[in-house]
Amino acid sequence: MPRLTIDDLRKIKEKHKADFTLREGGYRAKVTVHMGTCGIAAGARNVMTALMDEITKSNVNDVIVTTSGCAGLCAREPLATVEIMNKPPVKYCDLNDEKIREIFKEHVLGGNPVEKYALVVGSETTY
Amino acid sequence: MEKFRANLMLCAGTGCVASGTMKVKKALQEELRKRDLDEEIKIVLTGCNGYCAEGPVMAVYPDEVFYQKLTVEDIPKLVEEHFLKGRPYQKLMFKEPEKKTAIPMMKDIPFFKHQVLRVLRNKGLIDPEKIEEYIARDGYQAAAKALTQMTVEEIIKVVKDSGLRGRGGAGFPTGLKWEFASKVKSDVKFMLCNGDEGDPGAFMDRSVMEADPHSVIEGMIIGAKAIGAHHGYIYVRAEYPLAVKRLQIAIDQATEAGLLGKNILDTGFDFELEIYQGAGAFVCGEETALMRSIEGKRGMPRPRPPFPAHKGLWDKPSVLNNVETLAQIAPIIINGSEWYRSLGTEKSTGTKVFALTGAVNNVGLVEVPMGIPLRTIIYDIGGGIRKGRKYKSVQLGGPSGGCIPESLLDTPVTYEDIVATGAIVGSGGMVVMDDNTCMVGTAKFFLEFTADESCGKCTPCRVGTKILLDILTDITEGRGKEGDIETLQDLGRDIITTSLCGLGQTAPNPVLTTIKYFREEYESHIKDKWCKAGVCRNLVTFWIDEKLCKGCGACLRACPSKAIVGEKKKPHKIIQELCVHCRTCYETCKFKSIRILPAGYESGPSELVEVTATEGETTKGEA
Repeated sequence: MPRLTIDDLRKIKEKHKADFTLREGGYRAKVTVHMGTCGIAAGARNVMTALMDEITKSNVNDVIVTTSGCAGLCAREPLATVEIMNKPPVKYCDLNDEKIREIFKEHVLGGNPVEKYALVVGSETTY
Repeated sequence: MEKFRANLMLCAGTGCVASGTMKVKKALQEELRKRDLDEEIKIVLTGCNGYCAEGPVMAVYPDEVFYQKLTVEDIPKLVEEHFLKGRPYQKLMFKEPEKKTAIPMMKDIPFFKHQVLRVLRNKGLIDPEKIEEYIARDGYQAAAKALTQMTVEEIIKVVKDSGLRGRGGAGFPTGLKWEFASKVKSDVKFMLCNGDEGDPGAFMDRSVMEADPHSVIEGMIIGAKAIGAHHGYIYVRAEYPLAVKRLQIAIDQATEAGLLGKNILDTGFDFELEIYQGAGAFVCGEETALMRSIEGKRGMPRPRPPFPAHKGLWDKPSVLNNVETLAQIAPIIINGSEWYRSLGTEKSTGTKVFALTGAVNNVGLVEVPMGIPLRTIIYDIGGGIRKGRKYKSVQLGGPSGGCIPESLLDTPVTYEDIVATGAIVGSGGMVVMDDNTCMVGTAKFFLEFTADESCGKCTPCRVGTKILLDILTDITEGRGKEGDIETLQDLGRDIITTSLCGLGQTAPNPVLTTIKYFREEYESHIKDKWCKAGVCRNLVTFWIDEKLCKGCGACLRACPSKAIVGEKKKPHKIIQELCVHCRTCYETCKFKSIRILPAGYESGPSELVEVTATEGETTKGEA
């Protein structure tokens, strides 16, 4: 490591923000990929991988991704729920690689729910 | 940079490593790789999480789920359930004693819920071997502020105003100590850290050095600026290899990053820091002895004055602060003295870390605001006494401290209130004892320690502790005589007033407090030859109460000397000639039918019941 200046301290903090958003909380958006047996069989794993790829590429620090079990609507899996803080959560269904990438860009980053893929708006929040 | 969707904070403190953290880590890595999750989920090894009793422990973020007692066998299921399918795995969660429901979230577990983390602010949240993680939690911001924006006077003022007192035991105001050393003119001064934690049962300093070594270094940089020192030592006992390793890594990283050494953060301030490993003598925790030890001489205290602020290490002005004290400095510099005083009492401000051990359900490291009652620490955080037994005493302050009885459990934990009981806050070792503990034996245990660790320089300590120990040994072995208690008290007071250093000045405390609060126990040892707790082997006989014995045979099978006889479903009997007084039957019996009676007691069952009914204080609590 090179010698640090006071400004470097701030830069290092910024660089590690993503990890500490996870550990300390304070995230802006949370995406839950439902990964019950049904979800995994329908391709939730690919959805998750695509999502993580988008997050890495976009270099955002305030979005967290988590998994949960079966949401109960196995026929419409893979399902994912996008929660933007203080906005109603949106559940998306019949997802695939491309759809989740689009949802990430439009909804998570842009703040506009992608209605054509949405199953339902509202219902319980998890934060 | 890669992004992770979860961080697994796996505890790698000494306790959890001993319980198998490294094997668990390997299993986790393999399983995550197998499930193709290793690029999404990161494993971070942290310092001590504090909840050592149930290790290895792990906190999962962002879910904040807490897992305990991890085993290699459980890992595949855990990874599949939680990390793949998102269903937190109940089997490994915390469960309240005697209840079946699992508590998933760390913040809901009583052990963590009542704590306020200042010293332990980074515990379980950072990897102590990576300076970037410390910096990401505002690390070295306080040092930057102190070096660039604050004068020496301002630094000393904020520390003085905060009311912070030395956490090593004596409770001397830290800011005042710095001020004394700051005012002395000298071209060479030393900033020292005392990591020679020696009290039996205490491990706060070790945990801080292991979990957050940079917080100690940062405190030392700020202290060095305040007193005008450019060289420092961290004195750590060699028995703390993990602490030494992590401190060395931290010093190397900080030096490479220009946070130690010449021209720190380009401010023109120089501070070099080294570790000095102590050989483990208890007396080297005393400041003048510690400095002798660094000089390469035999660690022995010398009379004060001159105080180290004037003549310390190599006769140069020196300040010695405890690990925990130093870890408090950075947040005080950042947040100010008012913030620090917002917790605690007028004279005992802020928080204190305690190492809670002994007969409580939740053993571990706890940080609480000063002024909190002992009862809250033992019952709410500690979860009460193990195996549903009865509280007897808490030993505070190690061999220098004292034993506090149940009647004083509501005492607030402040320097003054604890001293009034005869104990001391000390470094923060808190050993809880249940009704199976003999208080004379406890006093003897601590005296064995201090008599052994006395450096021998001054007579009251060298000879006095030995005589105290001899008398205690006599009492516990059945040779106690009338007047012993008074001799212990007189001699104890003499040792306190005439000893050279803190070791001797506090060594009689365990004896004096146990006499003060448990005098009847001393008397029954001496007069009745009866150790009611059944610990002193020469002062006890064990009998089976025939009315309570179900003849289950458990004691018969457990007895190592085959001293118990009896037929199935009929009351058993102990053959006294064969009994070695090991207590095994007492611990084994589920029906509380084993009675503890005085040495040499001879009688039949009817008389036996009568004795227990009139004098059986011990049996009352257990029946």
